[in-house]
Amino acid sequence: MKKIIQKISLAVLAAGLAASAQAGNITVKGSDTLVILAQKWAEVYMGLHSDVKIQVAGGGSGVGFAALQNQTTDLCDASRKAKPAEIENCIKAFGARPTEYKVALDGLSVYVNPDNAVKELSIDQISGIFTGKTTNWKQVGGADAPITVYSRENSSGTYEFFKGHILNGQDFAASAQTMPGTAAIVQAVLKDKNGIGYGGAAYGGGSKLLAVKKDDASPAIDPTEQTVEDGTYPIWRYLYIYVNPALDKGDVAAYLNWIRSDDGQKYVKDVGYYPLPANLRQK
Amino acid sequence: MLMQNKTKRTQGWMGIRRGHRAHPAEWLAEKFIFLVSLTAIVMVFLIFAFIMREALPVFTGKMSSALVQPAISVNDIDKIPRVQLQAYLGLTDQELARMDKDTLKSLMEVKQEEQDDIPQNFRDNPDAKINTTEWRYMLLPHQWTGYSKPSYIWQPVGEIEKYNIIPLFIGSLKITLVGLLFAVPLAVGAAIYVSQLARPRLREVIKPAIEMLSGIPSVVVGFFALIVMATVLQNTFHYETRLNVFVAGIALGFAVIPVVFSISEDALTSVPASYTHAALALGSSKWQAAWKIVLPAALPGVFAATVLGFGRAVGETMIVLMVCSASVMSWSIFDSARSITTTIAAEMGEVVSGGVHYRILFMLGALLFVVTFLSNMAGEVIMHRLKSKLEGKR
Repeated sequence: MKKIIQKISLAVLAAGLAASAQAGNITVKGSDTLVILAQKWAEVYMGLHSDVKIQVAGGGSGVGFAALQNQTTDLCDASRKAKPAEIENCIKAFGARPTEYKVALDGLSVYVNPDNAVKELSIDQISGIFTGKTTNWKQVGGADAPITVYSRENSSGTYEFFKGHILNGQDFAASAQTMPGTAAIVQAVLKDKNGIGYGGAAYGGGSKLLAVKKDDASPAIDPTEQTVEDGTYPIWRYLYIYVNPALDKGDVAAYLNWIRSDDGQKYVKDVGYYPLPANLRQK
Repeated sequence: MLMQNKTKRTQGWMGIRRGHRAHPAEWLAEKFIFLVSLTAIVMVFLIFAFIMREALPVFTGKMSSALVQPAISVNDIDKIPRVQLQAYLGLTDQELARMDKDTLKSLMEVKQEEQDDIPQNFRDNPDAKINTTEWRYMLLPHQWTGYSKPSYIWQPVGEIEKYNIIPLFIGSLKITLVGLLFAVPLAVGAAIYVSQLARPRLREVIKPAIEMLSGIPSVVVGFFALIVMATVLQNTFHYETRLNVFVAGIALGFAVIPVVFSISEDALTSVPASYTHAALALGSSKWQAAWKIVLPAALPGVFAATVLGFGRAVGETMIVLMVCSASVMSWSIFDSARSITTTIAAEMGEVVSGGVHYRILFMLGALLFVVTFLSNMAGEVIMHRLKSKLEGKR
């Protein structure tokens, strides 16, 4: 009896292994900004195609690129463009540049505590606060209290985007507290009356999202779907997926096409990001 | 056979005297144990050697992190010697051998694009040509563009990469000192109470309770400090920055207390009871006996405990990562600080493998290793001297 059970269980195991080896296995690693969206896409896609298994992990855009060059991932989520050093490493590793796909739009919001009197700021004022030149809320129309700046770690794509586009390459203030993720920034801002932070609009729940003016003369724009998609909200960026061109076929290519088609894009809003404009979508 | 050699004393291996001939199995067992312990020592040196190998270019000064560097045009690929091309592209010999011309051309194009993409305002910036990995910029303050005075800045990600490591040293030092100042008096006090003054029933409750503190994962302690302790302490002491060195030091204390307590308590218990009995017989109170007789006798052990606590505090990553991480250069404990361990843990994920930032992080790791190693060694030496003094040999 024992021997029969052993034989049957071995056979089942072998069958299971064979089956999983045949199924498409897609690994996705990278940006923490994109991780919730990537998980949602993976969930829906696996529901539609039961023979494909998709594993999603975060870690930061930098981690995703490192995995791409070490060939331990198929797709790399990134909330920023690839740096030249990363492209070089990819060429050294697999002989070609990674293919870049735009997959969603993100409006970067500036969070403050709901009790903060300030409702809108211009890009210059935001830049002054985050570089440490403006140190008191009364200088931008708030109460007389020192500003506590919360930022992301420098491994984050959001950090680099913010530094490059809002601060124009200037350094963050040395006193900017670096939090491990966007949710941590929101949480810190909720606990600190004088806090200010930044991150994807999807995570902002509970805190107040500031309206941003491009310069002192422009109107203040709230981050909503309309304003981000037509570009009137000044702080927006693309979210990318990078892939090794040699792997961009079969299951992986089908998944990427689905993500960029209307079917995949309709889940982007649920997570809090904004879908690609029609001209960039996959037909 | 054994009876024959009863009176002959053999000089064994490594001068170990035996009263009988060594049994072959014993000899084998001795060699095996020696090999195992040698392996442990060799592993420690190998770890250090690997880390130093990755960090070596920092010490030899062969890296350049200058923003603006001369770019070789793709069209010149055939005109320049192979060795120069290899150095320009940063390739190893095997990589150069297996790459075909198209791959080399695309690498050169990427390098060209990198230089072309530099925004104009940075191209004209006087800092753009500085090799920021020179020791002068890593250790001394420098007045960067946009700053009002010479400052120590650690901001390794950006157009101009700034690698000054002094704020990290000061941060590690501050957090460790606050942690030790909080933990050591409490732990040694608890050890004295538990070993000398408490009733046996109470001792059996308190000792395991404190040792259970060491079972709390450090990430949980860090999380607790971030959410609960920081708010409570800010409401009690009314300072400006919510997440600062003070909170981190106290949270670190929770991790250090069990270590210092266990070893001090062992040291205090191992002082012969005759000392205490003699003191009590001569009319001292229990407290006088503990403070003036037993504690000085157990001082080597207590000192060893402190040194171990220091090693633990300096290497603790998760707690300080979660509680405070701004690279502020100040001596106030109510400001935030960035420790070396936080820097390595938070930034290692993003670095381009083999790049400048990567090597500097490894250098910081090597430095941390050396500091802990030296402090443990110093602790051993001082403990040895204290012991000899107490035993009257000096």
